[in-house]
Amino acid sequence: MTLVVAALVLWALAWMLNARLANGPASESRSIRLLVPAIFGLTLLAMWELLVRGLDVPLVILPAPSLIVARMADSLPILWADFVQTFVKGALSGYAIGVTAAFVTAIAVDRSDFLRRGLMPVASFVAALPIVGTAPILVMWYGFDWQSKAAVVVVMVFFPMLVNVTAGLQETTQMQRDQIRTWAATWWQGLWKLRLPAAMPFVFNGLKISSTLALIGAIVAEFFGSPIVGMGFRISTSVGQLALDMVWAEIVVAALAGSAFYGLIALIEARVTFWHPSQRR
Amino acid sequence: MMRSALAVAVVTLALVALWYVACVPMNVHSALTQAERDGMVVAPEGAAARRDMSAIGLALRNPAVWDETLAQDKPRLPAPHQVAAELWDTVVMKKVTSKRSLVYHGWITLSATLLGFAIGTVAGVALAVGIVHSRAMDMSVMPWAIASQTIPILAIAPMIIVVLNSVGVQGLVPKAIISAYLSFFPVVVGMVKGLRSPDAMQLDQLRTWNASRGQTFRKLRLPASVPYLFASLKIGVAASLVGAIVGELPTGAVRGLGARLLTGSYYGQTVQIWSALFATAILAASLVAIIALLERGTLRRMGMGR
Repeated sequence: MTLVVAALVLWALAWMLNARLANGPASESRSIRLLVPAIFGLTLLAMWELLVRGLDVPLVILPAPSLIVARMADSLPILWADFVQTFVKGALSGYAIGVTAAFVTAIAVDRSDFLRRGLMPVASFVAALPIVGTAPILVMWYGFDWQSKAAVVVVMVFFPMLVNVTAGLQETTQMQRDQIRTWAATWWQGLWKLRLPAAMPFVFNGLKISSTLALIGAIVAEFFGSPIVGMGFRISTSVGQLALDMVWAEIVVAALAGSAFYGLIALIEARVTFWHPSQRR
Repeated sequence: MMRSALAVAVVTLALVALWYVACVPMNVHSALTQAERDGMVVAPEGAAARRDMSAIGLALRNPAVWDETLAQDKPRLPAPHQVAAELWDTVVMKKVTSKRSLVYHGWITLSATLLGFAIGTVAGVALAVGIVHSRAMDMSVMPWAIASQTIPILAIAPMIIVVLNSVGVQGLVPKAIISAYLSFFPVVVGMVKGLRSPDAMQLDQLRTWNASRGQTFRKLRLPASVPYLFASLKIGVAASLVGAIVGELPTGAVRGLGARLLTGSYYGQTVQIWSALFATAILAASLVAIIALLERGTLRRMGMGR
């Protein structure tokens, strides 16, 4: 009971601290902007630990963060093998193939106005569908190993990326296109020097959306059949064994991988699209 | 719009034609095995000789089996007419209460989707209002809301289902919780953007009229956020449907569109998988279209119509 009270007191104190920091004089500074969400996150973790211990929540319902960290430390080789299977072999390879294919298709589609007007509604439609439903079909075609997971990722990533790159290639104004024509540019030169750079904000928007979809696709595709390694496999079998600390350990790895991947793309985006209003600080 | 309609029709027909053409090499291996068993002469003889040959080569050498490849019982790639026939059979020709009716399964999934979508939207709007009006909440919660979109939430779906099952909550509610979570964040991000969209001049105008924060909220921020809300609702409803379907996978549910996908993959009924997939697609498209219709009507009545 004392732990529960401690959790509530901690919540109140942290909230007061955050309110003081957020409304104080230094609230716009970089360090405060990082500190406030960090305090919030740490408070949530501490409350989780205290409430789970205080209310005696069984391990099969919700393990405490300390147990999850202990399990992670114990199972590093397993977590690493799962990470390589799902993220590196499945998600990354599918992401690379899907993104490249979408890019090439978008450039091909861009040459024909008719094709673009016909394909865009169809592609937007498919991009909104639950593509994870194709996972059983692709497992049937490509087998249990990482190739079918990469295929699921390719299908999931292709349509959002296609829609975004095509929209990006439309982003130049008429005056810009006329200007480059007055300089006797061929279609390819116009593409390389004007339309592709102008399309970069949309391209990176597509790349960021695709990065989250890639990891989701690889993990969920493993629910439908996988060799005895992989993050989705580990999650579904650990759920079956009610080893929920392992499930949470895998979720932490997935969260770290997803955020790092997204963050890397955002970093490259800040460099490449430095001229865009959204990059102003 | 009309020019696009023709282009869309042409592209769709081309894709269907491509699908038909792809069926032949995809199904040719098993079609040739079956034809050989029925006594036909195929080139080359013997399944062992054919195993390593390319499917396209085999298809070109055996035009007699092309019809067979489009009409198999358990094809690797069902032909469009097979999927359409299965859809017709399970949607129109079965009673709505039958366990073989896609309408029945679709309703199971749809009810979880709608419940989750409603919960997620209400919670999302509430959190967005809190974020816009409290600086502490804004600075502490928003970074986490944005960061959580990079985490594969669907990976937690099995755990949520199993944990809730073990405390006795079964059936509709666990799936609805996953759907709620998936639709929650697009709504939060969209509503925050929308509630902050009135510019400084409009906010100043309301201050000159001595409006309180509540009045500013009701009369300016909320109406201004409606277009953003509808954009997020469209994303949210599609995400809710995916959540409900993935929620049916872990515990081997027997009812719902996700369950149809699962049983189809367990029993090798490829046509069932494809028809469930198309039913999901049609459901997703219909939900988004309904919201788009609501959006047009609402915006037109509010004077923001295009």
